[in-house]
Amino acid sequence: MKVASKVYTFLVFLFLYAPIFVLIIFSFNDSDTMSRSVFSGFSLRWYARLFEDRMIMDALKNTLIIAVVAAAVATVLGTVAAIGLNGIRNKWVRRMMMNVTNLPMVNPEIVTGVSLMLLFVFVAQSLGGLSLGMLSLILAHITFCTPYVVLSVLPKLRQMDPHLYEAAQDLGCDPRRAFFKVVLPEIMPGIVTGMIMAFTLSIDDFIISYFTSGTTQTLPIYIYSMTRKRVSPEINALSTLLFVAVLFLLVIVNLRQARDKRAQERKEGLES
Amino acid sequence: MFFLRSIWLGAIATGICLLVGYPLAYIISRTGARVQSVLVMLVMLPMWMNFLLRTYAWMTLLEDNGIINTALATLGLPKLHMINTSGAVVLGMVYNYIPYMILPLYSALAKMDHSVIEAAQDLGANQRRVFTKVIFPLSMPGVISGITMVFVPAVSTFIISKMLGGGSNLLIGDLIDMQFLGSAYNPNLGSAISLVLMVLILICMGIMNQFDDGETRGGGLMI
Amino acid sequence: MGETPIIELKNIAVSFDGEAVLKDFNLRIRGGEFVTLLGPSGCGKTTTLRIVGGFVHPDQGDVFFNGQKINDVPPHKREVNTIFQKYALFPHLNVYDNVAFGMRVHGKSEKEIKSTVKNMLNMVNLNGFAHRNVNRLSGGQQQRVAIARALANHPKVLLLDEPLGALDLKLRKDMQAELKKIQQQTGITFIFVTHDQEEALSMSDTVVVMDKGEIQQIGSPQDIYNEPKNAFVADFIGESNILDGVMVDDYLAEFAGQRFRCVDKGFAKNEPVDVVIRPEDIDVVAPDESPLSGVVTSVTFKGVHYEIIVDVAGFKWMIQSTDFQEEGSKIGLLLQPDDIHIMKKSEYSGMFGDYTTFSDEMDEDILASQREEAEEEDEI
Repeated sequence: MKVASKVYTFLVFLFLYAPIFVLIIFSFNDSDTMSRSVFSGFSLRWYARLFEDRMIMDALKNTLIIAVVAAAVATVLGTVAAIGLNGIRNKWVRRMMMNVTNLPMVNPEIVTGVSLMLLFVFVAQSLGGLSLGMLSLILAHITFCTPYVVLSVLPKLRQMDPHLYEAAQDLGCDPRRAFFKVVLPEIMPGIVTGMIMAFTLSIDDFIISYFTSGTTQTLPIYIYSMTRKRVSPEINALSTLLFVAVLFLLVIVNLRQARDKRAQERKEGLES
Repeated sequence: MFFLRSIWLGAIATGICLLVGYPLAYIISRTGARVQSVLVMLVMLPMWMNFLLRTYAWMTLLEDNGIINTALATLGLPKLHMINTSGAVVLGMVYNYIPYMILPLYSALAKMDHSVIEAAQDLGANQRRVFTKVIFPLSMPGVISGITMVFVPAVSTFIISKMLGGGSNLLIGDLIDMQFLGSAYNPNLGSAISLVLMVLILICMGIMNQFDDGETRGGGLMI
Repeated sequence: MGETPIIELKNIAVSFDGEAVLKDFNLRIRGGEFVTLLGPSGCGKTTTLRIVGGFVHPDQGDVFFNGQKINDVPPHKREVNTIFQKYALFPHLNVYDNVAFGMRVHGKSEKEIKSTVKNMLNMVNLNGFAHRNVNRLSGGQQQRVAIARALANHPKVLLLDEPLGALDLKLRKDMQAELKKIQQQTGITFIFVTHDQEEALSMSDTVVVMDKGEIQQIGSPQDIYNEPKNAFVADFIGESNILDGVMVDDYLAEFAGQRFRCVDKGFAKNEPVDVVIRPEDIDVVAPDESPLSGVVTSVTFKGVHYEIIVDVAGFKWMIQSTDFQEEGSKIGLLLQPDDIHIMKKSEYSGMFGDYTTFSDEMDEDILASQREEAEEEDEI
């Protein structure tokens, strides 16, 4: 890289990371005035406060429950939908179905949020006295996660040699067994990617949850209410923990991939 | 008013993202494989942090008594009023959505066959012409999907404007929010505005899609 | 003819999206034969194979296996195995597990599987490859694994869908010989699909030439080459000069403005016919020694022979000769009675066999576009 490129790259990353580092530094701020701009010594008090906060812990629990359920359901739904979409022969029908699938992803989140809210309120009222909460949140999350699973499974199905499924049948598998023995292992990477995406999207979602949660708190919703109070360094502590957790996960995933790759190469090196 | 401001601010933010993101995406796509994957991960990493927190971080930086102004004061410089301006809203949009611009651009540029560039040079094109005649047209799918992935959330946001724009820089999103969960409770009007917003954006995307082969969208989101 | 054919297709008709792919198709295949379905892309040969494999259901007609109707038997219950165009090896399994796949499905014991896999890999010369990743094998090796995998199931019939299409020429020749050897060793009926006429001629016991969803000719490779039934077959198999002619009488044909003695009979008097003359059968003589003479318009060196295009009164002939001729020189063309082959007029008359517009590049172009089409057809 030329010097100019290096400087440019550095500046953009400075822009991207400066706010995050500020957050992290101030999460260790030992200040009674709860100032957001003066650093007056190192302390872990905000972390302690964070873990004592029942509301945050409840919100975290809700968030995780919703993410696990929504990701699991969306993965199954999305995979089945992708297989169906892939099987459509008619070009026009397929294109139309793809557009219908993509629409929720290009649609502004706020529109998805309010329309789901209206739907849930309508259904809840016509069922009599139900209110929005965990169930509506989970349903909403399944709704916006499913297209992402479809989108990550579909390319794997397209890449797959269509004859694999036939080859398995040719060698004696009935269609169901052929699917589980051959097709499923082939598209597994896409399914896993889709599931991870669904999980992280669900954990991270604020806008759609905001409209469909009723009085139930998820972590992003709670964070939002904290930012409204303007001054609350607990958020800094929470941000730091989340950031470190994500960083940790990413590093592990990357290390594992690198290790698998090396192991693979070594194995092949030995045999040839 | 709300509509115009939303589209105007969203368009400015999208433009800045493209101008800032393109060189970076190009630089990343031309580095060695190892550095490349690290840089891509660094671009993605902030996206894994909740955008409320990222926006909150800017609040602490931009406030009248915030970190930047404190720093300016210690240097003996006059304070700047930054928070609650439309500039702060655009900054928040750029900050939050620029990875959505860089990643599709990067994947379009990285896919590009380097020999095409060499061929253009071989045929006598200078650096500027190589860029305008070869590199940029070939990266068009990335540009298109980057623009849509930034413009759509930027136009429809209501959090960034609320947190960084104060009460005076409200956008369509805020208007919708107010009709449902805010002071001006009126779901009918809210639904109407939502529908108009949706149609507006679908029209924009439709126009964009004329330049796109339709296969690349969302590719940048893949891990 | 009294024995029951192992595969019989009766009055089969298939169409995709309203386009007829096979029309009233009838074929009997005897056990132990090496049968090749030969034709240009889109002729329905792959569809025929897929009907036997059970992957395409005919709109009309019946499929018989050893005399039993198998129209409604699903692929996994048929005693046939397929070698797919791009091999369709299971990428998540290694060589051993690929070959063992069919036996595991059928619940064979691991001991039996182990010895069979060993035998199969031995047969296809892949000893020591058992634990390799199939994605890292060369095209030829993948091909061998596909053969081993299909044969490990001990099929009665093996279906091969352009199995050598992806290999380079040298490897192709080796694999042709090897496949033929395996077929003779095992005695399994092979149904082989290809668009390469040379491959078809050198490997098969019986060649089925197809075009537009119909069988044009069935016969031994020699029959197909020496006695083509119509202009399509004559042109598709090797090079041919095809002329308009009239059968004046038995053993006497008229074409190119001359009368020639020939060995064909049984046509009506003065019946219009197509006359086929193979380029390698024509002898070049001095212009005054033959009633046919013309000017050499192009000469191409082909290694074994020269390819000479001669303009005889406006019709361009192709001659293959080991002797060089000067471009622009006048030469005579001498034909013996058994060089002349007479065919009935068909829908293909007048479409082939004139070398006026012939060029090598064009042939290559046509081949390339056919290959692309073949891939598209494959998607059906």
